[in-house]
Amino acid sequence: MDVERLLIQFQDENGEILGSPFDVPLDITQDKLQLVCNALLQKEEPVPLAFFVQGEMEVVSSLGTCVKALGVETEQVLPVVYQPQALFRVRAVTRCTSTLQGHTEAVISVAFSPTGKYLASGSGDTTVRFWDLTTETPHHTSRGHTHWVLSIAWSPDGKKLASGCKNSQICLWDPVTGAQIGRTLTGHTKWITWLCWEPLHLNPECRYLASSSKDGSIRIWDTVLGRCEKILTGHTQSVTCVKWGGDGLLYTSSQDRTVKVWRAKDGVQCRTLQGHAHWVNTLALSTDHVLRTGAFEPANATVNPQDLTGSLEELKEKALERYNKVRGSAPERLVSGSDDFTLFLWNPAQDKKPLARMTGHSALVNEVLFSPDTRLLASASFDKSVKIWDGRTGKYLMSLRGHVASVYQIAWSADSRLLVSGSSDSTLKVWDIKSGKLNMDLPGHADEVYAVDWSPDGQRVASGGKDKCLRIWRR
Amino acid sequence: DHHERKRKKESREAHERSHKAKKMIGLKAKLYHKQRHAEKIQMKKTIKMHEQRKTKQKNDDKTPEGAVPAYLLDREGQSRAKVLSNMIKQKRKEKAGKWEVPLPKVRAQGETEVLKVIRTGKRQKKAWKRMVTKVCFVGDGFTRKPPKYERFIRPTGLRFKKAHVTHPELKATFCLPILGVKKNPSSPLYTSLGVITKGTVIEVNVSELGLVTQGGKVIWGKYAQVTNNPENDGCINAVLLV
Repeated sequence: MDVERLLIQFQDENGEILGSPFDVPLDITQDKLQLVCNALLQKEEPVPLAFFVQGEMEVVSSLGTCVKALGVETEQVLPVVYQPQALFRVRAVTRCTSTLQGHTEAVISVAFSPTGKYLASGSGDTTVRFWDLTTETPHHTSRGHTHWVLSIAWSPDGKKLASGCKNSQICLWDPVTGAQIGRTLTGHTKWITWLCWEPLHLNPECRYLASSSKDGSIRIWDTVLGRCEKILTGHTQSVTCVKWGGDGLLYTSSQDRTVKVWRAKDGVQCRTLQGHAHWVNTLALSTDHVLRTGAFEPANATVNPQDLTGSLEELKEKALERYNKVRGSAPERLVSGSDDFTLFLWNPAQDKKPLARMTGHSALVNEVLFSPDTRLLASASFDKSVKIWDGRTGKYLMSLRGHVASVYQIAWSADSRLLVSGSSDSTLKVWDIKSGKLNMDLPGHADEVYAVDWSPDGQRVASGGKDKCLRIWRR
Repeated sequence: DHHERKRKKESREAHERSHKAKKMIGLKAKLYHKQRHAEKIQMKKTIKMHEQRKTKQKNDDKTPEGAVPAYLLDREGQSRAKVLSNMIKQKRKEKAGKWEVPLPKVRAQGETEVLKVIRTGKRQKKAWKRMVTKVCFVGDGFTRKPPKYERFIRPTGLRFKKAHVTHPELKATFCLPILGVKKNPSSPLYTSLGVITKGTVIEVNVSELGLVTQGGKVIWGKYAQVTNNPENDGCINAVLLV
């Protein structure tokens, strides 16, 4: 009995054709398609791929089921889009391996260093604490701030940590010794809302740091000389988020309902993106993850995280390579989430008009994040749900429901397959993106969870909250 | 007498002291002034201490409690204690049967006004039946008791199913079906009978308005208070209690 055959043409995400049309039987499975495609790609190692018919339906079992479901004409050549998935798989975290106590007030911010070697947390008791991950015990306690430590940011080479407090001071710390580097940077008049370093591939020394504050200004600091280089004013109300893009542009969002684009070199304002109806709470760049990790490649991670080695030039090259790979040919995309319950997808380098407006949330959007492979977008909102959207077009994909109170923060795993969300109901939930279902429920915190982070090597999740404990979760 | 004199002598002391201080000269004066200066310093110190005790000082050293992350700073989070106390207050109000209504005080209607005596019997002597003279609401599945035994007669002409309800903020009026009579301010007897007079709180079916709770559930019943005299007008006008 002859099986029906079909002509398919492999295409990559941007529409470029790979090879010539292929004649395949209808009952070909996903693995065989992978083999064929990998042979065409002629790469040394076979890359795991996902196939999509007509850009929408994924080939899960066999091509025949997709074709029947969509009702595609079998006479013509069918384009099949292939998407390379991350080589490595991050395993879901299942258990809490330790509760790190030590802070005497709520833990407000948590961040892993770009290689995943160090963990730092800022808290309401004005200290920044460094934790040793191999033994899961406290490493250093850094005192120097006089008020709550609101935001912390690691430099992309992992050698410095910047922390900003409610008294508008910024301090730099050395993770190895826990001592302060240089002077305390003062200049802002109100509290610091966000800190962002210059990307590694633009400057391998990691010298410049951008800070945004409630006083409506953004300052660019020279950390080597310990002084303020530039002050960017223009926003009329508190600046809620600042992101340093990989193309030398700075993006800032503010409570005055606008998002502004600045040139980092001379501090000139390029564009104002308007459209939101209420405060803009958060920004996310499509290249966020790769800018954060710099020259570190998650696929090369080892069980014991190591520091990055190599001269500055090597690091810069590696970072630039990784950045170009993730960015592709299209410019960076920016998404902004706001109190008016919607998100906007922008192409800030080129256009003033948004690419898409994403509605659906019934309460304010607190955090948005692109997945590390930039294909998906996740938004956490106070309406107890996390929504997943397509990262390119902004189309709604699915809702992840399960939390019983506002979702505060989310974090993607490095292979973009899992998402962890922390909420005010004191639980964290790990979601499997492919199936859209809850993978793991992580209760354990005694009070609201304020900050969540997934280490870039995918091994650990750290979460801190109102109960003054920092919890580390592993497989 | 002695106390009076003592009091007056003490009050004169200040004047005498100052007179002495002014008159003194020489070494004696120097010593006296030095001693007096030290005394005065001590007095000022104790006064200042007392004053400080009374006023509240701003504590600069301690960092305030209630640390929140940056994204929660400009928002007023309702503290959990407040939520609980609000819930308890609401429950107490409902139990007491007190609501914030647009018409808090209404003229109480006496029995003679609302109920009319119906005489029955061969010689029309028995007077135990009553007929309601005001508009009333009976439910959907209402069936009269056997006529021989029913005490309260609710005439069909005075039975209403719908009310014209005004939304106070939108200023729009809808004709909504009545679900029931919640409370008649004049008497619980009228509440059980379903008599609707001015000031009665009734429950109406608002599924038409499309209101949704925060959790996403559709609201289909709300309270409204009657604002006119329905027996005079022939219709029930009410204001929605939001």
